Amino acid sequence: MQSLAKLLEAALFAASRPLTLEELASLDPTAGDPAVRAALAALHAQYGDDHGVELVEIAEGWQFLTRREYAETIERAQFALRPRRLSPAALETLAIIAYRQPVGRLEVDEIRGVDSGAVMDKLVERGLIEVVTRGEGLGRPLLYGTTPPFLEILGLKDLEDLPRLEELSVALRRPTPVDEAE
Amino acid sequence: MREQSGFVVELEKFSGPLDLLLHLIREDEVDITDLPIAKIADQFLSVINDLGLNQAADYLEMAARLLRIKAQMLLPRHLGDDEWEDPRAELVRRLLEYQQIRELVDWLGHAAALRAERFGRGYEAPPPDAPPAPLQIDLNDLLAAAERVIALIPEPMLHRVVPRPLDVEGATARIQALLAERETFGWSEAVGPQATLVDVLSTFIALLELAKRSSLTLSQPEPFGPMVIQRAIPREAA
Repeated sequence: MQSLAKLLEAALFAASRPLTLEELASLDPTAGDPAVRAALAALHAQYGDDHGVELVEIAEGWQFLTRREYAETIERAQFALRPRRLSPAALETLAIIAYRQPVGRLEVDEIRGVDSGAVMDKLVERGLIEVVTRGEGLGRPLLYGTTPPFLEILGLKDLEDLPRLEELSVALRRPTPVDEAE
Repeated sequence: MREQSGFVVELEKFSGPLDLLLHLIREDEVDITDLPIAKIADQFLSVINDLGLNQAADYLEMAARLLRIKAQMLLPRHLGDDEWEDPRAELVRRLLEYQQIRELVDWLGHAAALRAERFGRGYEAPPPDAPPAPLQIDLNDLLAAAERVIALIPEPMLHRVVPRPLDVEGATARIQALLAERETFGWSEAVGPQATLVDVLSTFIALLELAKRSSLTLSQPEPFGPMVIQRAIPREAA
C-alpha cells in the first residue's frame, strides 16, 4: 500500500470521530488534496468487501465504521450499544431546524404548534444543534443551526444528503417573506 | 351526534395539536385543503374534553382557533365576492407544512436507525440514568411532613413573650452544687428535669461563665454528642 494511504489509515483508526479532508491533508502538507483524495479512494476500495469495517464518508469527513450485518451480534455481546432513539418531538424539531436554519425558537414553536424550548435545550445539550447567529428582529433572537454531530448520527455526508423538499409527497414551497410577515 | 366508531385517542401519543388534527383528518379521510371545519372542530374538542387535558395550553389555543374559524365560516357572504378570504387558509397552510415535517421525521428516523447499525471506534457505554430528583412529593405529602415535625415541638414557645429574666445566678448555684458532689456530669443533669427555654438559656450562660472562671471544663466527645461537664482540676496556687 502507498505510504500516504497507510498514514491516512492510521489516523482514521486512531480517531474516534470522522476526519475531514482538510484534517487528513494536514497530516502530510506535501501531499496536496488530489493525492489525499486518491489515497482515500484506494483505502475505501481496499476495505470494500473483505473487512469487518469499512471506510464511510460521513459528516463532511471519513470514518471507519463496522459493517451493518454485525450490529446485532456486537450489540448482543454488549461490546457496543446502539444509541437511544430520538423522540418524535426531537426529530420534528431537528427537521425544522435542518431545513430552516438559521431559525429561531419562535418559528419552531409556530411550525410545531407547541412550545419547543425544552426539546431545543436538550438538542443543544446533545450537541446536535447550536446557536449560529442572532436574528434582526425584536430582542435579536438566537438563531439555531445543525452541527456536524447531527450529520453523524444520521449518517449523512452533508446537508445536501437530506431529501429535497420537492421529493416529498407533500411538496411545499418555503414561505415567501410576505407570508412570514403575517 | 358524532360518528366516531371505537374512537380512542391517547393524547400523549401526539406531539402537539397539529399532530392530533392531522390524525383526525386521516381518520376521516377528508381533503386537507377543503377542511370540514365544523366536524373536525367538534372531534378535536371531544378528544381534549374526554381526556380531561384542559391544562394543555397548546391544545386549548388550537381549540379556540378552530371555533373561531368555524364561526367565520358560518357568516353569510355575497356571491361572487372576490374579497372573501377563506378563514381556513392559514390553518390549511400550517397543516400542510406540518405534514411535510412529519414526513421528514420519518425519513430522519429511518436514517438514524440505519446509522445506528454501524459502530465507530471509541465506544463508551452511555452513562446510567440519573437518579430521580431527591424530592418527588406532592403538596399533601409536604404538608403532612411539616405537620409531623411541628407536632414534635413541645410548645409553641416562639409566640410567647417571656417576662421572666434569665436566672443565671440560680443556674450557677445549681451547677456549683452539682460540681461539689460529682466530678463529671452531663448537660441534661445540669439543666434539670422539664427545663423551659429560660432554664436552658440560663444554664448555658452559667456554664460558659463558670468555664471562663476555670471552675469547670466543657467537652463534647463526639460531634452532636451530649456535652460533658467536668470539674476543673484546681490550679496550684500561683
